[in-house]
Amino acid sequence: MTHAQAAKRFSWDEGGIIALLGLTTLFCLFIVAKTHDSAFAFHGWLGLIASIGGIFAVVNGYQNRKGEQPEEVGGLPNYQMGPVKLGTFFSVFWGIAGFAAGLYIALQLAFPALNLDLPWTTFGRLRPLHTSAVIFAFGGNVLIATSLYVVQRTCRARTAGGLWPWFVVWGYNFFIVIAATGYLLGITQSKEYAEPEWYADLWLTVVWVAYLLVFLGTIWKRKEPHIYVANWFYLAFIVTIAMLHIVNNLTLPISLTEPKSYIVWSGVQDAMTQWWYGHNAVGFFLTAGFLAIMYYFIPKRAERPVYSYRLSIVHFWSLIFIYIWAGPHHLHYTAVPQWAQTLGMTFSIMLWMPSWGGMINGLMTLSGAWDKLRTDPVLRMLVVSVAFYGMSTFEGPLMSVRAVNSLSHYTDWTIGHVHSGALGWVGYISFGALYCLVPWLWNKRELYSLKLVAWHFWISTIGIVLYITSMWVSGIMQGLMWRAYTRLGFLEYSFIETVEAMEPFYVIRALGGALFLIGALIMAYNLWMTVRVGEEAEEPAATPALQPAE
Amino acid sequence: MYESMAQFAQTFGLVYFFLIFAAAVVYALWPSNRKRFDAAAEIPLREE
Repeated sequence: MTHAQAAKRFSWDEGGIIALLGLTTLFCLFIVAKTHDSAFAFHGWLGLIASIGGIFAVVNGYQNRKGEQPEEVGGLPNYQMGPVKLGTFFSVFWGIAGFAAGLYIALQLAFPALNLDLPWTTFGRLRPLHTSAVIFAFGGNVLIATSLYVVQRTCRARTAGGLWPWFVVWGYNFFIVIAATGYLLGITQSKEYAEPEWYADLWLTVVWVAYLLVFLGTIWKRKEPHIYVANWFYLAFIVTIAMLHIVNNLTLPISLTEPKSYIVWSGVQDAMTQWWYGHNAVGFFLTAGFLAIMYYFIPKRAERPVYSYRLSIVHFWSLIFIYIWAGPHHLHYTAVPQWAQTLGMTFSIMLWMPSWGGMINGLMTLSGAWDKLRTDPVLRMLVVSVAFYGMSTFEGPLMSVRAVNSLSHYTDWTIGHVHSGALGWVGYISFGALYCLVPWLWNKRELYSLKLVAWHFWISTIGIVLYITSMWVSGIMQGLMWRAYTRLGFLEYSFIETVEAMEPFYVIRALGGALFLIGALIMAYNLWMTVRVGEEAEEPAATPALQPAE
Repeated sequence: MYESMAQFAQTFGLVYFFLIFAAAVVYALWPSNRKRFDAAAEIPLREE
């Protein structure tokens, strides 16, 4: 090639995305024209606008670009950080939305008038909005953003697939919008963590396969011979979520023009599949994915290699092989065969092994650098998250024991347990990762204010402690009241008496949630100011001017 | 049919998992792998 400017061609990725969005446009047109369901028509319109907008954006990008994006610039990989930045933005946005929704429904439990007597704002519709917003919208965007960052950096290669990483981030967030508005309008499959209906599930499948291919493609063209352990965890998360999502959503729509669908199996098989899915959403979405974050960001922030790489290998294989069997512990004392319940419980107990292996590995990475905890609140957040991981994954197997479960199941104890994992482990490891990522992505020397990070840390820690302790007390009390008998063998308490007894704890829990939300708002402000006024980092190495080819 | 499948899962499943776990531990602890793993642990720290 004698001249630098290559002829500009329409690339495969641009063509592929336009073809996919074109098909989506046709499908949405069909929905809008044919359906009698106004909520479904609304989703059809949203899809129509989004896919036409997407086609427009791709064509516009083609017209504006000069040539092909090079794989390397000046001997360094030409990382694609645009989609990572977008995912980072979305994760903070949805985080605030999801925490606020959680606070609102917590207040509804204490002050029921807050449901406003409107169908859209009832607890039943807002609760899945809250859980999906924090797990899939906040957590999912953190996972997508960090995974696209980490896989590029540790493979020393630009993301594969050209524009497809952009499609993954936009497409995933479009799924979030469809899911969330669907819940408010009453569209749901009524399956925990799998509420979106068939058309949203199909769209997510497309996005997720694109995500898997982008991730695999980037690993495929890596310059680093070894695949770093964080990428193993990310890959396990992506592959397993694909499998879980597809199997648990094998549904048949009652008609192509109706949002409602039914699963192809029923009864106890459906329950078993649902909790196989549900528990592994915890195991592979909320655990494996965030462990990948731990294995990259803690060594990075502490500036020390992980405590034991060999332990991380044992951790990985034992975690993925054990977690997948633990689901039946959600179905103790049901029609699931007794031996299958016992199997789920036994595998849950065995999970102590990878859980504590991982915790030790994360914490001990700081050995010899513990003093950094005093000076660096970001590292403190990351380390406390690992402590919460150890604590909630100790509690989980305990609650899976059938005898303990007979007390804890269906009570607020479960809610407390979930939140010690979600707020303490997932929340804090995500906040720590975001505090690291934003200065790196926007090329800043440091965060706008470490003091504000310390405020975030303490305010939300108090929030978490208030939340989980109140739910322990309330849950165990609730369980004990349910099983209390009088001398004559009658139940001692009516249901409403247990609700009355729990009210003060609901108020404490809402207070804890409010503190957690305030902490997140401080973070959003801090990150925003970092991007806007943070001091520019020095150039990593002066980029040598491109030499004209001979 | 159900009985025999359940029986199979409860016995050979255990053996299968134990073997996989043993293989992972042997792979992780194999002495000649040590150097490779120590180098791999440094990957995030030697970037740019």
